Amino acid sequence: MKRGKSFIKRTREAGQGYLFMTPVLVILGIFVIAPILYAIFLSFHKVQLLGGSHYEFRGLDNFLKVTFDDRAHIALKNTVLYVVIVVPLQTMLALVLAASLNAGMKGQKFFRIVYFLPTLTSSAVLTLIFMWMYNQNGLINHLLNILHLPTYNWIGDPDVALIAIMIMNIWATAPFFMVIYLAALQDIPGSHYEAAELDGASGMQKFWHITVPNLRPVTSFVVIMGLIGTFQLFDQSYIFSAGSGGPNNSTLTVVLLIYQYAFKSLGTMGYAAALAFLLAIIILIATLLQRKFSKEESLY
Amino acid sequence: MKKRPIGRTILYAILIIYAVITIFPFLWALSSSFKSLGEIVSGTIYFIPENFTLDNYKEIFTREPLFGRWLLNSLFIAAAGTFLNLIFNSMAGYALARLTFPGKKSIFIIILAVLMIPFQVTLIPNFLILKELGWLNTYQGMIIPGAVNATFIFMMRQFFINFPKEVEEAAAIDGLGKFGTFFRIVLPLAKPALAAQTIFVFMAFWNDFMRPLVILSDESMFTLPLGLNSFKGQFISFWNYIMAASMVFTLPILVLYAFFNRYFVKGIKFTGEK
Repeated sequence: MKRGKSFIKRTREAGQGYLFMTPVLVILGIFVIAPILYAIFLSFHKVQLLGGSHYEFRGLDNFLKVTFDDRAHIALKNTVLYVVIVVPLQTMLALVLAASLNAGMKGQKFFRIVYFLPTLTSSAVLTLIFMWMYNQNGLINHLLNILHLPTYNWIGDPDVALIAIMIMNIWATAPFFMVIYLAALQDIPGSHYEAAELDGASGMQKFWHITVPNLRPVTSFVVIMGLIGTFQLFDQSYIFSAGSGGPNNSTLTVVLLIYQYAFKSLGTMGYAAALAFLLAIIILIATLLQRKFSKEESLY
Repeated sequence: MKKRPIGRTILYAILIIYAVITIFPFLWALSSSFKSLGEIVSGTIYFIPENFTLDNYKEIFTREPLFGRWLLNSLFIAAAGTFLNLIFNSMAGYALARLTFPGKKSIFIIILAVLMIPFQVTLIPNFLILKELGWLNTYQGMIIPGAVNATFIFMMRQFFINFPKEVEEAAAIDGLGKFGTFFRIVLPLAKPALAAQTIFVFMAFWNDFMRPLVILSDESMFTLPLGLNSFKGQFISFWNYIMAASMVFTLPILVLYAFFNRYFVKGIKFTGEK
């Protein structure tokens, strides 16, 4: 009898468990799990959407096409360049800001609120504000003029357009990571610093020998988040170039290219799906490499 | 404690310079939104507008009749999406933390795996699925696919694992079922976790650019980021209008932030501990 009762009780709890999970299971099923399978299917087909959908099996064609698609090479080159420049700079800036802010300064709260502003603002708004400042006779060129520095056609010159986006995004993202660092800094025991002070360590020495090593796991996390975010650059490039990736493909990123192939040209949706998979694999490899280098596995 | 004054001066210099660098673009945008078109095109660089005017804010609503609609679309999609996320993620997090049912472990692993899939992979099939459902250019097409979030299911699970069991036991003795306990007792006590979730989910919906770009093609269904982008296309050198529109778009998030400021830091801290 006792067994039976507990069986009923268990069954009821299981039922309740599934009920609680239902919305999540249904939505994840339809809009995440099924799409992943669908994406695999698409990436092996040529897709035509004119009046109903037509699929034509093409094997690995879509994946092989990448090797001789010049725009894909340009997009990959731009994206990788963007990642390797932006991730280290934004991480260092975040760390320096957090360490400065954590040194027992007055007005910490004020600085924190100010630094938060870019995190709160949408990428669309930030991009428009920067485009206005990057204008040929806009604020930034005006300031450069005052300082007797060369001015640039930030948006129209293929040599600087991507750099303009890099500057904007380092500025916009660093404060977010600063907050993560700040939280971690508060967990470093004060006794570490006191011991170092007794040994006569300078502020810089304390930063390099206590702060940086202690923040290693967080740095690993910040870099991984940075990698994932930067590889997916889209909004800024899209708004900057009005969707084209121009001037002269200089702001074309992998995700922008995926968008163009999927939704702006005919018959290339399957190829776009294949590109999306390749991007996912690149991000995965970058993440794994980062973890291997930092030898820190306890994070995820 | 003895501190080196030079070191502190340098630190303050860093903090102040960076604060200026951060706030400068916003002040410039705000100032431009109060300038006349004449002043904008003349290329003069004054921080205080020569002829201060509020006209731009009036003009954007009359010149672009859909502007108000975009604002409402954004508010509705973000609010409804956030509400559903709060309920669904919490329910799932609670079940994963507190209830035993077959397959729980695999479901949890699937949710963690979903965290790793870049959104671009599912975007194209999602578009086709929404097309089949007839949900392109609809509110539900924007809201439902984003109504759950793996990160926050995970966060709610962690929260409920550390939640004191006694509370629920007392509720069970009082004869409340699992649903009653959850909605009447547990959820109200989860406010800090819900607040952190609110601000992040709301911001994600509010600022989202790529998904609406794919799903919404009918101008009257646009959200603000899309509207802003098309507005820029139409009024290409009317930076006074574009900046005024940008400011209108930024205000609601600042208000939300003012209310949920405390939880924001906690939420980020949690993300860092994941």
